[in-house]
Amino acid sequence: MSGKGVGMTGAYAIFRREFAAYFGQPVAYVVITAYLLICGWFFASTLFLEGQATVRTYFEAAPLLLVFFAPAIAMRLLADEWRSGTMELLITLPVRDMDVVLGKYLAALAVFMVAQGVTLLYPLTAGLLGNVDGGQVVSAYIGMLLLGGTYLAVGLWASAVTASQVVAFILGFFVCFVLFLLGKVVALAPAPLVPLAEAIAVDTHFANLARGVVDSRDVLYFLSLIALCLLGAVSTLEGRKWGSR
Amino acid sequence: MEAFVEAENLTRTYGAVRAVDRVSFQIRKGEVVGLLGPNGAGKTTTMKMLTCFMPPTEGRVRVAGLDVVEHSLEVRRRLGYLPENVPLYDEMGVWEYLDFMARVRGIEASERGRAIRRAVARCGLGAMIGKPVSALSKGYRQRLGLAQAVIHDPDLVILDEPTTGLDPNQIVEIRQLIRQIGSEKTVLLSTHILQEVEAVCDRVLIINDGRIIADGTPAQLHSEFQGAQELSLLIGGAAHDDLSAALGGIAGAERVQVGEPDARNSGVFAASVTSGKDTDLREAIFRLCVQRGWVLLEMHRRVVSLEDIFRKLTVREGA
Ligand SMILES: Nc1ncnc2c1ncn2[C@@H]1O[C@H](COP(=O)(O)OP(=O)(O)O)[C@@H](O)[C@H]1O
Ligand SMILES: [Mg+2]
Repeated sequence: MSGKGVGMTGAYAIFRREFAAYFGQPVAYVVITAYLLICGWFFASTLFLEGQATVRTYFEAAPLLLVFFAPAIAMRLLADEWRSGTMELLITLPVRDMDVVLGKYLAALAVFMVAQGVTLLYPLTAGLLGNVDGGQVVSAYIGMLLLGGTYLAVGLWASAVTASQVVAFILGFFVCFVLFLLGKVVALAPAPLVPLAEAIAVDTHFANLARGVVDSRDVLYFLSLIALCLLGAVSTLEGRKWGSR
Repeated sequence: MEAFVEAENLTRTYGAVRAVDRVSFQIRKGEVVGLLGPNGAGKTTTMKMLTCFMPPTEGRVRVAGLDVVEHSLEVRRRLGYLPENVPLYDEMGVWEYLDFMARVRGIEASERGRAIRRAVARCGLGAMIGKPVSALSKGYRQRLGLAQAVIHDPDLVILDEPTTGLDPNQIVEIRQLIRQIGSEKTVLLSTHILQEVEAVCDRVLIINDGRIIADGTPAQLHSEFQGAQELSLLIGGAAHDDLSAALGGIAGAERVQVGEPDARNSGVFAASVTSGKDTDLREAIFRLCVQRGWVLLEMHRRVVSLEDIFRKLTVREGA
């Protein structure tokens, strides 16, 4: 059937436009530059202050950094379409709601990967100056990709429910922050809840990958969260059909 | 010829509001049809259902025989849509924008350039091709909106208030462009301006409060409403309810309105009686007054036009 073919063409066209739109905007450069500078600081501080060429502090700081950074990338994706009214036209083009969500998500993910790709300079430098476990770096980067991908999916869903980028950012940030915080307060939780909190918290799963252990359960955790949020965004778009948008 | 667009009892509710209420109409292939109605009449909501933005609460619409809910993607492939207020991506260039629309619509790479150039030529956008969308005047924005709506050579083009917000010269140009598009395609456009449908459309659907209240060519509607007569009366010595009932009882009276009693002359009422074409009720009213012993102080006859009917709708809405 041609239906599927046209769907993927649509998703790809949306991806292309969205990806280009990021680099046509000053905000994107500001956000990405800020991310790179902060990441760089965590790396350089250990290098110069402690005289250690290691990426450990960087990967420790990364989950919190992404709590800010990912919702900032994702906030405009759907909210801006609602605000400007272009959503009405986009949704009536021959693309499924899922294609719209997927195209937008992959564009945000690609932007994130560009920024994350630049940070590869840090482990490379560390590798030149000292001892870096290559396998651990690869595993940690897979972790960053999954973590960033999850937070971006959260941010995209947040962006589907509002016409305001600011609201989308705050909402996305809040949810990401809760996922992040769960891992930090897990020790304070009542004993019966600990396994549950550990299962939901981002920290537990990211920590394994950052240590260099790629466990399929952790990977599955991130992929399920991503799928959940993307489906959430799709059903929010579909809400127009019954609600009063 | 069989109907190309077919709406049956189309209904849409927003919570308690019935924005579109059991609307039925047909559009034949090649027709240019105007959906005419005051603000809030349900034009946009009707179009949102046709374009598969949202499904009807009840009833159904078919385009080219395809149900818009069941065959949503196929229907969307066959139509072009320009929403109200012309939403465009301001950060893109004109060519880039049309290229994006062509890609989303799945136009093959080998065809894309030709499709864009054809849409650009058709809509008179040649001089704007290298400009950013944000730099376009309102008139050119409208042209770009029209260009994206016809880029894939659709069978049906749906335009929501395509001339709102334009200056008089731009309105003339855009209407001309729509007529040109209408010479090749089936077009449904909405407007709250009577002159617009007369200038552009083969047929008019008048919609008010979510219902279709008239359907015909502009000429038909004119002659249908043209003959209607409105008698303005001033009658003394009657009671309000009596008067209202008696006037309503006259054969041929279609609408009766009796005002509040005159503050200075008690028992004097202003009333109006509307009757259909070629129905003269003056004699019947005179005889009624004589029979009941009322005093007919004034009687004035006026012929009602389509403009009057439509203005009444619009004024009531604005009040
Ligand atoms: N999203 C919505 N939520 C609630 N009510 C709506 C919404 N959109 C339109 N309405 C109501 O539905 C009615 C018809 O609106 P609309 O179709 O936009 O009319 P028109 O396009 O003719 O001006 C109006 O009373 C309007 O207030
Ligand atoms: Mg409207």
